Order: sequence, then structure tokens, then C-alpha cells
Amino acid sequence: MSTTEANKPRTLREAKKANPYGRVQQAIDELDDRFGLAKGGRTFLDKIFPDHWSFMLGEIALYSFVVLLATGVFLCLYYVPSQAVVVYHGIYKPLDGVRMSEAYLTSVNLSFGVRAGLLMRQMHHWAADIFIGSIVIHMARVFFTGAFRKPRETNWAIGITLLILAILNGFIGYSLPDDLVSGTGLRIGYSILLSIPFVGNYLAVWVWGGSFPGTVIIERLYIIHVLIVPLIILGLLGAHLGLLVRQKHTQFPGKGRTERNVVGSPMFPTFMAKTTGFLLMVTGVLALLGGLAQINPIWQFGPYQDASKISYAVQPDWYMGWLDGALRIMPSWEWTGWGHTIPFEVFLPAVIFPGIIFNLCYAWPVLERKMTGDNALHNLLDRPRDRPKRTAAGAAMVTLLFMVFAASSTDVLANFFHISLNQVLWFFRVAVVVVPIVAAWVTWRICIEMQGVSGVGQRKRAMVVSRTASGEYVAVPSEPRPGDEHRELEATPVPTRIELEPETVGAGSGTTPDAAGVRRVNR
Amino acid sequence: MSEASEGTAIDGHRTPVPMPVARFDDPHMQPAARHPVRTERLIALFLLVGIGGVAGFGAAYTINAAPWILAVTLGGGLAAMGFGLTAWGKYLMPQGPFVEERHTLASSSEERQAMAAALTERTGVVVKRRRMLGGLLAGGLGIFGVVAAFPLLRSLGPLPGKILDETDWRKGIRLVDVNGRPIHRDDMQPGGIVTVYPNGLESTDQGQAIDQTVLIRVQSTDLVTMKGREGWGPEGYVAYSKMCTHLGCPVGLYEQELELLVCPCHQSMFNVRDGAVPQFGPAPRPLPQLPLYIDTQGYLRAQAGYDQAVGPGFWARTSTQRQNGTA
Repeated sequence: MSTTEANKPRTLREAKKANPYGRVQQAIDELDDRFGLAKGGRTFLDKIFPDHWSFMLGEIALYSFVVLLATGVFLCLYYVPSQAVVVYHGIYKPLDGVRMSEAYLTSVNLSFGVRAGLLMRQMHHWAADIFIGSIVIHMARVFFTGAFRKPRETNWAIGITLLILAILNGFIGYSLPDDLVSGTGLRIGYSILLSIPFVGNYLAVWVWGGSFPGTVIIERLYIIHVLIVPLIILGLLGAHLGLLVRQKHTQFPGKGRTERNVVGSPMFPTFMAKTTGFLLMVTGVLALLGGLAQINPIWQFGPYQDASKISYAVQPDWYMGWLDGALRIMPSWEWTGWGHTIPFEVFLPAVIFPGIIFNLCYAWPVLERKMTGDNALHNLLDRPRDRPKRTAAGAAMVTLLFMVFAASSTDVLANFFHISLNQVLWFFRVAVVVVPIVAAWVTWRICIEMQGVSGVGQRKRAMVVSRTASGEYVAVPSEPRPGDEHRELEATPVPTRIELEPETVGAGSGTTPDAAGVRRVNR
Repeated sequence: MSEASEGTAIDGHRTPVPMPVARFDDPHMQPAARHPVRTERLIALFLLVGIGGVAGFGAAYTINAAPWILAVTLGGGLAAMGFGLTAWGKYLMPQGPFVEERHTLASSSEERQAMAAALTERTGVVVKRRRMLGGLLAGGLGIFGVVAAFPLLRSLGPLPGKILDETDWRKGIRLVDVNGRPIHRDDMQPGGIVTVYPNGLESTDQGQAIDQTVLIRVQSTDLVTMKGREGWGPEGYVAYSKMCTHLGCPVGLYEQELELLVCPCHQSMFNVRDGAVPQFGPAPRPLPQLPLYIDTQGYLRAQAGYDQAVGPGFWARTSTQRQNGTA
């Protein structure tokens, strides 16, 4: 943007007219010379985000992950991943003189001896729980609205992989404090690895570097937890978001929305303000949870060094509940023969069952394409009621998973309702089969019924009935409600520039002052 | 952007289209708020609360305040600030609706064909004529892939060997509690229960994990829990592996009246009097029993090791019991 002598501005006003954007323009010129970013940058700022509340579920997951990284770095500074046995003489008196691993000791010290340590530890734990929860709900949204259809099958698969990695890393992170409960969880993990036919004993012994618990497992899990899995998650997250930008958002059908456009608010400034605000809100809520709602009080559990002490209801974090429930309701079908053993009572619910569930998720877009013969590109979302079979299948899956999840508290339920454990167990054995079938049928039926109702899902307008002088009654729909007015606007292309008001540009710019009412948004 | 004249923009990579000029009275540029000034004040209030909260967190951190104070200041501050910023975006910024055309991701069929041609033709010229080189390269990389797995996997740990099959219980080993104190015949009353370890291993990981054994006194006369286990339960003392045969959790709960051992993880129940055969739950096998005897000084000792692998099942676990006493 070099200026020759001839058109060099002589006055401030001329300078302003030649370059109305001042330093911003200079900065962009400098950057564009080097990186050529003006064109793509402009497109990026104009990127349109369709507005729907359900599109923020993925944002919760993303921002929980940001919180996980930030609080995780803090925890790394104080936590020592070592199984060396030490004796505690710290702030927390009930554990004074108790033998424990260094990992457990530093976790307890982190909670009591480090400023804001307990807050950070609990924030980290809450963020992990909410990370996985929001991924699951986000996934359900994508499923029920058909957002996984062509061309987005790859992003669906990446999402499932992210979910698996999140669950894996959640379980590993839960094990790192080396307390009594997490140690028992690791023991179960070891036994599940053992249950795999042919290779199970090799896998278990190699992962643990010997027999359980050995001396290396915490170190190994630590590096997996803080480096390997987060790196893979970061890479896949980049691919997930990159594909989202490249393929653009899906949107619900509505006024002015077609398969060939995206209607909503622009990246800058509207979406940026909203999403940054949302990042702050998610972080804030996690901080509130971390300081106000106790989670995983490891000092009450005691160290794993006295493993035999465990005596109460052992329950994992919520996202492992479905596997724990499946393990509980499985009959004890161990197979033995020819000098070998296959513990089906472990292998089927803990390895085969999740394998089937995740593979079904991976395969669903292909299965649906095969079943419907629909090979078209889709950018408009489905209303779940318009796809009764898919919605019914999703309802069956959700209820199945919820039933096995609920089965992980058989003992608590039996205690609460004062019924025998055996009855609760058999209830769940029947329920995991019956409830999904019933749920699928009911869902399918509701979808069919909803299709028959006109105007379903739209806000109803009151009908104003008035009587004319001649005694005639006339029914007129009332004005749309304030919140709905907005939707009545036709979508318009993103403006290149906003016509500024005269006084902000200065006199002589040629435009005349506009009519009243334009100052409303002058900020 | 010098090539694009004022009022036009390059639509993606293709056709230039005229772009509109938005006016401040364009309804698309209007804030959604009905009372912008009031809304602005409210947002300012939220941002001020946010500033207060975050600054308060700094103060609370400095004086090392209680976690709930840290949480309320930090969380409340960030949430208030986030609420204000989101409200700013939602109520005071142009909402549109704006529209953006999608550009088809697909290339033209010529471009697709050109790529396919490049791949196949170059392969034809370069690779197919040098099949041997290609084969050697593929073979080399394949062998490297297999070989790389050896150090990655095999160096992780020892071969399973007997690790999973054997405990440290041997003939004549004393039963001790977690503090290393040997168990005397008079130490326990019927109904009593204690976790025992092989003498000397009570505070090791190995002892804690695989050797842990639960000792119960059921009655005051000798107890035979199963046919073939005569003399294993002197004076009503019986000892079972504490590792659940389901998933290896310590079977730590004892229902004294029913004489049931209960696993806290998945509620498998084992009847102590009848050889710890599972009465309920997913555990597939009885808990292995440790044969006991009482030495001349009145202390409890193991007659032999366990006659089978303890804990959960695995592929290499033999279904046949080993001869008693080999261990």
C-alpha cells in the first residue's frame, strides 16, 4: 500500500478518507504481505453460524476440554506418578503415619497443602465428567437430527473415536491418585484384560509390567493420560473442527434455509461474543462445581496400600457405569475345557458388549444409507419425528444404555426399595431386553402421531375472535410474539460494509444525515 | 483485495457478486433487545460483577482462603462475565438472519479424472516397471513394522509364566495379620473374620494383591467344607483366597448370620460353610480354600499352597486342579 507523491494526503481529513480504517488497515496490510490472510480472513469473519440451542452441546465439550488442559497442567506441577511406598506426615491428620504410595501422597497434598489445589483437582474431575457427558448428548443430537449423513460420516466417526478416547482417559485419570477405590478399579481393568481369550494374560502382564499391582502401572498410565491420549484428542479435535468449517454447519429447515445455504449470525462479532461468553460460563460453572460440590474425596478412601480394607459399595465414575452394570447382570458363564478357560462372564459384558455398541455407532451412517438407499448430500437437518425408524432405533439404544447404567447400582436400589438383590438383578436382566423394545415402539408410534398434527413444534398464536357490528364473528390470528418476530425476517447476505452515520465519519463525506432512529446501535 | 472493486467481493473462488451495503436502520442490523440502553446497563452490571469476582479470586488466593470462597469468586466472576458477554452478543449485536451460500465441495468431473489419471498413469510408468523395487520396499517396511512391535510389546513386562497361577503360600507358612502378628488358635471367636497374609509378605504389594486370604472362624469344632477337604478347617477355622473369582476384587464383606462372604464390587456371595461355592452373583467359581493346621504352639499355618490359581479366569488357566501340596 505504498503511496506515491502525487496522491499523498495533505490533510488529516484526506488521510482519513484515503485510509478510513487506520491502524487496523496497516496491521492487516503488514500481515497480508506476509501471510496473504486478508481474503480468507474476511471469509472467516463472515462465516455464518446457524442458531439453535442444541448446537452448543459440542461447545460444552470443547470448553470442558480446554478446562481439562488448563487444570491438568496445574495438577502436573504437584503430582508425582510413583508407586514408591512412603509414610504420610502431612496436614491431614487422620492419615498420619499411614503407608501409601507417593502418587497417593502427592494427591492428598495437592488437595490440602497446595493453594487452590483442591479447587483445581475437583474442577479437573468435574470437567472430565461433564466433557464426556456433553459428548454423549452432542452425539445424541447429531444422531437424532440426522447430521451424520453424507457428507459428514467421517466427522461422525471422528466424534465416536473422541468419545472412546475421552472415556479411556477419564478412567485412567481416575486411577492416578492410587487410592483404594481407583486401585480396585484398576484391579477390575486388569481382570478384564485377562479375560480376553488367547492373549489376555500376555496383555495384562505386559501392560502392568508383571503381576498386579506391580510397580510401574501408575507411571505408565500417567504418560498415557497427560501426553499420549490428549495429543490424539487434540489432533482429532482439530480434524473434527476443520471438517466442520470445510463442510459448514447443518441447519434446521426454516424460512429462507435451503440445502444450498447457511442462515444465521456471523462469526464476527456476534458468534465470537456469544461463544467466548459461553467459554467463560462453562469455566465458571466448572469452578463453582469444583469448589462447592465435593467429588472423589480420596483422603476418605485411603491408599491402595491396604487393599483388603475395601468394604463398601464400589462405583466408578458415571461413564463407566454402563460397563459395570453389564458386568453385574451377566450370568456366571465361565467356559472351561481342553486345559483352557474363557471367562465369558467378564469377556462378553466388558469387551464384546462395548465393542458391539461402538461398532454399531461407527457403522450406523453406512447401515442407514443401505437401508434407505439415500445417497444424497444433506445439509438440512431432520426433525426426529420425520424419521420414525431412526428415532426409534436411537431411543432403543439410549434406553438400553440407560438400563445397563442403572444396573450398576443394583445393591443401592435393593437397599433403597427394601427388596431382595435377586429381584433387582432379574428385573434388570429382563429390562435390558424389554425396555428398549417398548421404548422403540412407543417412540415410533409418537413420531407417526406427531407427523399427523399440523403446526407441531411451532409456537401457537392466539386466535382473536371479534364480533362485527352486523353480528358476524371473525377469527384473526394474533400478532406474532416478540421473540418470534425475528424469525419473520428474510435472510439477507452478509453486508460488506455498514453505512456509517455522518458524525462518526466527519463532515464532507458526502452523505446526508439519516432520519431519526439510526442512533440506536451507535456503539 | 485490490482487484475487487468497492461494493463487490469474490464469492468463494468463482463469480464476483455485488455485496449489499447495510444501513443502521436495516432490520437485520438491529439488536434483538427491545430496550438497548437498559440492556447495556444490565450487561455492564454483569461485567462489573465479573471483574469483582475475578479480582476477588486474586485476593482470596493471596490470603489462602477456603475452597468455597475460591470457587465462588472465580466461578461466579467468570460465569458473570461470560453471561454479560453472551448477552452482549445475543441482544446488542446484529443477529441477521444472514445467509451464506454453500459452495459445493465436489470438484468438477474433469478435475476428478485428472487426479485419477495422475495416480494411475504415473503408477503405470514409474512403479509397474520396477515391481521388484516396490516389492522390496513394501517388504522392508512390513518387516520393520513387525519387528518394531517386538521391543514395544515384549519389553513391557515378563512373560506370564506362573505369575498368574501361583501365590506365595507354601507348606508350613504362618498366617499373619496386616501388622505381621501371627494368628493364635484362641485369637478368634466363632463369627470372627480377619485378613491374613503369608508371614513376611503382609506389607508387600504381592502379599496385598495375590496372597490376601480371608480367615474366618465358623464354629469351634473341625469343619469340612467339601468332600476331599477333610482336616482343612481345624477348630472351625477356614481360610479362602480373598480375590473374587469374578474380577479380583477383595471379598471383604462378611454376613455373619448367613455365613456368606460378599464381594463389594458386584455382589457375588460365597457360602463359607460349603466351600465358598457362589450362591449369587456373577462369580463363576468357588473361592479357593487354603488348607490349615494348628502347630504345636497353637498358631495357624498353611498345610500347603492353594490347589489352583486364585482370582479371575483367564485363557491359560487350567480347569483341572493341581495336586494338593505342590503349590
